Amino acid sequence: MKVVFFGQLKEILGVSQLENVGPFENVALLRAELQKTDENWQQSLSSERCLVAVNHVLSDDSCELTGDEEVAFFPPVTGG
Amino acid sequence: MSSASIKIQVQTEDFDHAIEYQNLTENQQSAGAVVTFTGLVRDMNLDNQVTGLYLEHYPVMTEKSLMDIAQQANQRWQLGKITIIHRVGSLALGDQIVFVGVTSKHRKSAFESCEFLIDFLKTSAPFWKKETSKDKDYWIEARSEDSTAAKKWG
Repeated sequence: MKVVFFGQLKEILGVSQLENVGPFENVALLRAELQKTDENWQQSLSSERCLVAVNHVLSDDSCELTGDEEVAFFPPVTGG
Repeated sequence: MSSASIKIQVQTEDFDHAIEYQNLTENQQSAGAVVTFTGLVRDMNLDNQVTGLYLEHYPVMTEKSLMDIAQQANQRWQLGKITIIHRVGSLALGDQIVFVGVTSKHRKSAFESCEFLIDFLKTSAPFWKKETSKDKDYWIEARSEDSTAAKKWG
């Protein structure tokens, strides 16, 4: 699957997208694996400060994944 | 449920309020009310030499979430037309940033749905503002007032 990052999170992690990630059974497992990268990823991807979308729809940790999805992590939105 | 005519645009260019108003009211003989909201770029005071804003978004999801918000509004209020325009990229202080317009039979549904649309746009559409100044750029933090405003709609 493809994982993409936006906003301040993208800058903090220093990457905008990762290709061929996983597969993972759900968002929680994907998030946990990404958080193992280092302390920076651990903290930045912690659930309260980071939203998730699966295939362009706001989602959460319980969302099941098959491996073909585009999963996005980003900070709370600030448009309008 | 009648389906409203929905127009969603995400663009770098400015928009013309008069033209959007005209498009909204065209062929709307059963509409008794039109309400529009225009948001402007303001100084968030994170730095004393603010030059403007940079608007980042998540293409595809942006359009999808705006369409979803518009459809939710139409389910609640039965609207004639809905227009949502949001700009992205570099904007200067005072620039127009967002336009929300609706037509409806009555004023109450027009006022309420317009407020609903902008409240939900601010909390669920994937846009991020970065304030730009001469020396440094600052990402704008989400405001709790905005999520409170969206929650009041249940």
